[in-house]
Amino acid sequence: MVKSATTKDDAHALFHSLRSAYSATPTNLKIIDLYVVFAVFTALIQVVYMAIVGSFPFNSFLSGVLSCVGTAVLAVCLRIQVNKENKEFKDLPPERAFADFVLCNLVLHLVIINFLG
Amino acid sequence: MAVPVDSLAKPPPASSTLRFAFGNVLAFFILLLIGVLAFSIRLFSVIKYESVIHEFDPYFNYRVTQFLTKNGIYDFWNWFDDRTWYPLGRVIGGTVYPGLTLTAGTIWKVLQSLNIPLSVETVCVFTAPVFSAFAAWAAYLLTKEVKGTGAGLTAAVLLAMVPSYISRSVAGSYDNEAVAIFALIFTFYLYVKTLNTGSLFYATLNSIAYFYMVCSWGGYTFIINLIPMHVLLCIVTGRYSSRLYIAYAPLVVLGTLLAALVPVVGFNAVMTSEHFASFLVFIVIHVVALAYYIKGILSPKMFKVAATLVVSVGLVVGCAVVAVLVAVVASSPTKGWSGRSLSLLDPTYASKYIPIIASVSEHQPPTWPSYFMDLNVLAFLVPAGIIACFSPLSDASSFVILYLVMSVYFSGVMVRLMLVLAPAACIMSGIALSEAFDVFTRSIKFYITNLSESLQIDAGDAVPGNGVSPQNDVLKNDKKEDTLKERPSRKNKKKEKETIEKPSVKSKAEKKPLVLPVEASFFALFLTVLLGGFYVVHSVWAAAEAYSAPSIVLTSHSHDGLHVFDDFREAYAWLSHNTEVDDKVASWWDYGYQTTAMANRTVIVDNNTWNNTHIATVGTAMSSPEKAAWEIFNSLDVKYVLVVFGGLVGYPSDDINKFLWMVRIGGGVFPHIKEPDYLRDGQYRIDSQATPTMLNSLMYKLSYFRFVETDGGKGYDRVRRTEIGKKHFKLTHFEEVFTTHHWMVRIYKLKPQKNRIRGKTKKSKSKTSSTTPRSGTTKKNPWH
Repeated sequence: MVKSATTKDDAHALFHSLRSAYSATPTNLKIIDLYVVFAVFTALIQVVYMAIVGSFPFNSFLSGVLSCVGTAVLAVCLRIQVNKENKEFKDLPPERAFADFVLCNLVLHLVIINFLG
Repeated sequence: MAVPVDSLAKPPPASSTLRFAFGNVLAFFILLLIGVLAFSIRLFSVIKYESVIHEFDPYFNYRVTQFLTKNGIYDFWNWFDDRTWYPLGRVIGGTVYPGLTLTAGTIWKVLQSLNIPLSVETVCVFTAPVFSAFAAWAAYLLTKEVKGTGAGLTAAVLLAMVPSYISRSVAGSYDNEAVAIFALIFTFYLYVKTLNTGSLFYATLNSIAYFYMVCSWGGYTFIINLIPMHVLLCIVTGRYSSRLYIAYAPLVVLGTLLAALVPVVGFNAVMTSEHFASFLVFIVIHVVALAYYIKGILSPKMFKVAATLVVSVGLVVGCAVVAVLVAVVASSPTKGWSGRSLSLLDPTYASKYIPIIASVSEHQPPTWPSYFMDLNVLAFLVPAGIIACFSPLSDASSFVILYLVMSVYFSGVMVRLMLVLAPAACIMSGIALSEAFDVFTRSIKFYITNLSESLQIDAGDAVPGNGVSPQNDVLKNDKKEDTLKERPSRKNKKKEKETIEKPSVKSKAEKKPLVLPVEASFFALFLTVLLGGFYVVHSVWAAAEAYSAPSIVLTSHSHDGLHVFDDFREAYAWLSHNTEVDDKVASWWDYGYQTTAMANRTVIVDNNTWNNTHIATVGTAMSSPEKAAWEIFNSLDVKYVLVVFGGLVGYPSDDINKFLWMVRIGGGVFPHIKEPDYLRDGQYRIDSQATPTMLNSLMYKLSYFRFVETDGGKGYDRVRRTEIGKKHFKLTHFEEVFTTHHWMVRIYKLKPQKNRIRGKTKKSKSKTSSTTPRSGTTKKNPWH
């Protein structure tokens, strides 16, 4: 009993500390995080749709899911490079990071549109 | 840290920028010369023989390139070839790796548009040397990322000449590896560059280079398994950083998509076990990234709580997922791996289950001498390179070490994969040689500065003071060399700090920096240069003598000069001039590609070996007596049968030597062919002691028909070194139509069935069902 109480308290404390720590992040990073969540959510919806309807044509399903996952991964990379707390990237201008992000997304979506069928 | 700060505070003196500029220009010219060297060392076969395409597989690639240049890319992509694997055909667009043909086709097109009229054959012959020059430059770039410019140049010159790579990329060897090795090294370079700089731009380029590699060669699975292994290694050894995430995660997503674009890979990119490692490590790196992120934003106590919670919940979920995955994978008989990959992981797999893969000579494990022949001096420079990579262990050097270890393992399984070991060995040896040269020249420089300093010593100066100033000079020289090397890799801050810290720390700890006695270093320098000389001599000899044979033209030196055996092309030319366009030719699968490319006739089986049953059918026909063989060939609409025979001239790779493989492969599908029937006491013989099944088989008869006429009745086979068993016999169902000048290729035609049978039907049928070939029974034979 005591154990479960302490784990519950621990879980609550953990939740609170996570929330407080996260609210301290700057707004631009929060926007990127929101975009990542949106992309992953879209991918999940596509997977559920495929489970209901069936996987033909498979290349369209693959390109749809991988475009969502891909753009989420690229957004995470952008977040890493733009984050001011990251010592390794302190002399990388954020405009350059965003330009790289756009270029990589361009290549990704070119491939997606080719593979979509 | 006082010394570096001082030099950074004041501007660098003019002499050092001049030296830096001079070093850069020198490096550029050396690279240019390395490219020329790599190109020219591969031209021996063109000089000794002619500009011709070698071997078997390149002929298929040449034929595909011809089709591409004639019909354009859309027809190439949708090409269904009905002139091979009759009557099945082959979907070329979906079963060929298009990288090589598209590359050569593009080069041809560009040259045509510039009004340089090179034929397709010339472009195909010289593609491999051009791309080996590019591969040497890519090796320079890769090693420069790992260690520095000096090591890069050494690795490039070693790769330009390493015999293992020369063997698969001489002028005329128009095969996938010619461009694939360049793509491999370039992909690895971009991966290491992304790892060092953390730039998303290089990650994009990395994915595009990986796409080019997938287009070119089936060995791309090496890359997509090595990189996840390296990521896992970095995570496990505590070297996780956000640059690792940027280097790996976009590559997996973009790389999988690009791999699925290539028709030959298609959905295998997400469904076969060869790619599962990348997905698994993709999940692992996300978990690790999340863990580090949460660790960063939480206090340590809270993080411990989070860890215990996550572990207890995650373990249950993880076990469930793993159980599902294992069930899915275990349900397929090969656990999801393809046959070729499985034979790499379990070397005994092929000999037990797939005799065709086991029969290819380049799939055998290599012998110890072949390591020395193909790598020469590099074989014992590689361990020194491994140690040199450990002295500052960075992400890049751990990657190169992993690459070397994995390629050594795979080269031990299959001799053809020594080609993948060659770049790794060159990189390691380049690093080792460069470090050795560093130590020797540093010792000599230290000695010279010491000498010049001691000539200016006043009587009253204290020793420590003099001890410090030459050390400072040496330190400054060292640092300048280090900054010379480090400046090309700008963002490699970790390495810069380490290499600058080390000499300054050592100067404070001991009086002398790391130098050897000067006589030893002079002698060692001379020995190292001599070592390099031995390597060059061996490489040039290997390129000229061992690896330049086009194998479609053979030469031999006899007392009256050079003898040229051009029998193969003679036979194919005869076929193309004297047969109808739609005639089908049956031969063993080795000659399929050459027959379709040069003779332009439909074949039954060719080197692609994708249909084991079809090959077994041809093998059974070759092992059966004449009538049964005629029936099988007639059911396949075959008109001509082609057999390669080396007994007259002593050519050892003829069909009689390959015959046991025909029996094995045929017996694997048709159980009435049993290998022991063809062996006398377990020995394979064709002389008078051979078994009757052997002496009656079609292969024996077609090879030795009228052979006794060549040496006056003895019938001495120069390859098997005995006289043949059955000397005088007639062919009942086949007739000989052509034999080349040295009897190396023999072509036979199937005799048509007679309309009516002379004599009593029952008696003649029972006569023909017996297999005695004596001329006494031919009177009642309906086939005459």
